[in-house]
Amino acid sequence: MTEIKHNKTEVIVVGGGPAGIACAVTIARAGHEVILIERGSFAGSKNVFGGAIYAQPMREIFPNFEKEAPIERLNIEHKYAILGQEDSTVISYRHKDTDTPSYSVIRGKFDRWMAEQAKKEGVIVVDETVVRELIIENEQVIGVKTELEEYYSDIVILADGVNSLLAKQIGFRDKIDPKDVALSVKEVIKLDRQKINERFNLSDDEGCIYEIFGGPMLGMLGLGFMYTNKESISIGLGVGLDALCDRKIKPYELLDELKKHPTIAPLIKDGELLEYSAHLIPEGGYKKVPTLFGAGVMIAGDAAMLVNNLHWEGTNLAMISGKIAGETAIRALIKGDFSEKMLSRYQKELENSFIMKDLKTYRNLMDEAHQRAESFMGYYLNQVNGFFKMFTTVDSIPKREKYHKFIFDFIKKRNIIELFKDAFSGLKLFWSILIK
Amino acid sequence: MTIDDKLFTVKYKPDEVSHLRPDFEKCKSCTSKICTTICPAKVYEWDDGDEKLTVNYENCLECGACRIACEKNCIDWEYPKGNKGVTFKNG
Ligand SMILES: Cc1cc2nc3c(=O)[nH]c(=O)nc-3n(C[C@H](O)[C@H](O)[C@H](O)COP(=O)(O)OP(=O)(O)OC[C@H]3O[C@@H](n4cnc5c(N)ncnc54)[C@H](O)[C@@H]3O)c2cc1C
Ligand code: SF4
Ligand code: SF4
Repeated sequence: MTEIKHNKTEVIVVGGGPAGIACAVTIARAGHEVILIERGSFAGSKNVFGGAIYAQPMREIFPNFEKEAPIERLNIEHKYAILGQEDSTVISYRHKDTDTPSYSVIRGKFDRWMAEQAKKEGVIVVDETVVRELIIENEQVIGVKTELEEYYSDIVILADGVNSLLAKQIGFRDKIDPKDVALSVKEVIKLDRQKINERFNLSDDEGCIYEIFGGPMLGMLGLGFMYTNKESISIGLGVGLDALCDRKIKPYELLDELKKHPTIAPLIKDGELLEYSAHLIPEGGYKKVPTLFGAGVMIAGDAAMLVNNLHWEGTNLAMISGKIAGETAIRALIKGDFSEKMLSRYQKELENSFIMKDLKTYRNLMDEAHQRAESFMGYYLNQVNGFFKMFTTVDSIPKREKYHKFIFDFIKKRNIIELFKDAFSGLKLFWSILIK
Repeated sequence: MTIDDKLFTVKYKPDEVSHLRPDFEKCKSCTSKICTTICPAKVYEWDDGDEKLTVNYENCLECGACRIACEKNCIDWEYPKGNKGVTFKNG
């Protein structure tokens, strides 16, 4: 027993990403002992995202982060680019919002900063340590096994990211299905500040986001992205792993094609590749959320599939779920009760928050998108570009003739039954998003 | 730019042993060899002559895709030791 006591703490958090850090710092602020275990040589060193972090949820955890954290740029423009083979249609929303903005960041710097803050507030951060297994006694999680040691605690919180081998170990979820993750590859391309500002129509420290549909991903459930950093561009794409398998596509070749698209190429021209990376994105949504708690254990962030992929939201769901898990842990510690019943508060609070509400709103999205990928992510995207081609071409053909031909082709190329199926699927989605 | 050039930009500290262990017997009867396609780091290569899968685990980006996509669900997959594997500076 004395040996066990030696390595015993109140809470162990596995994983130093946004979920784990938010959770650990919440617990430390309430004066409890918490150890955060991260497998990388520093927090952020294994992490990859687009990406943007969102000010409002960040402020909930680190109120002064905008003054102190390593931020790249404040995003003032969102562009939605629909790429054809060679042409494109781009919709752009520009607004310098300083109330609830998003910022581009680099995880190797940003997660590291968050972990440093957490340390200052009392979290014991253990780097370079992989948790290999959870220790279970009488159906209760009582600690973790690393390569070298066993650590014991009243509560273990799993914030170990999308692959969560630990959630699998304790049977909280089944094997992940290829269609429930997107594989994403990314390149960070060095470009000087002046060029970025000119090409993206920005002033210093202002940023721009591209969400990219179609192009090399036409017909597949996949999205591309571009974010501006201070002196680099992050460009990448994420495509359903099932689609990559079915079509036997190498992800980096897809990204190469995207980079060559006439709408994208000039933006990154003469840039130098700083770093290539890859990561999975959870895509299963509401229906694939695993069991979220058990005796002595809770699971937060990507490990719990808490991602809103339509809106590129992940870090915020991670941080807020981590915070709620932390608050639940604090209550359990005060009561000295670590039972499943006590920790069920975590799920209840998640359901009362935007996290589960949003996932529920979009619960049918992925099913419909998978079934109708070819039309929604292919045919209609092409039609958008087709429409603008028709509308902008001056060729002495009477306009009414052109409209008629466009409508005729629209129906003919996609037979009427498929059109009805698409419409039905669309209506079903709207209904489930807006009403019930 | 080839995938090798891309991987050249990634910082690694390789272990002496592989953290990726497919069941090589099962690989022989695998029809898709899908790991050789979808891996973003070209870790897996099938050698037709030797009828064997080579695993360049040193290049692994630790994404987890192969584990999920493997046709035979036969990759014994774990994270490299704490001080080993990939370090992203710009993730
Ligand atoms: C390409 C891409 C683009 C994205 N874009 C955005 C975006 O723009 N905005 C946004 O908000 N979200 C975005 N996301 C999603 C977002 O990155 C994730 O939702 C978020 O990082 C989840 O945080 P987390 O803490 O749950 O997991 P992670 O950030 O994955 O952190 C998990 C941590 O656990 C550690 N770990 C894992 N297993 C162990 C173990 N056994 N022992 C010890 N440590 C372990 C890992 O090293 C890691 O540090 C994107 C994701 C991807 C892949
Ligand atoms: S997909 Fe799996 S079974 Fe097939 S070759 Fe690759 S590791 Fe072996
Ligand atoms: S984890 Fe990812 S990078 Fe590593 S071998 Fe598997 S697919 Fe390739």
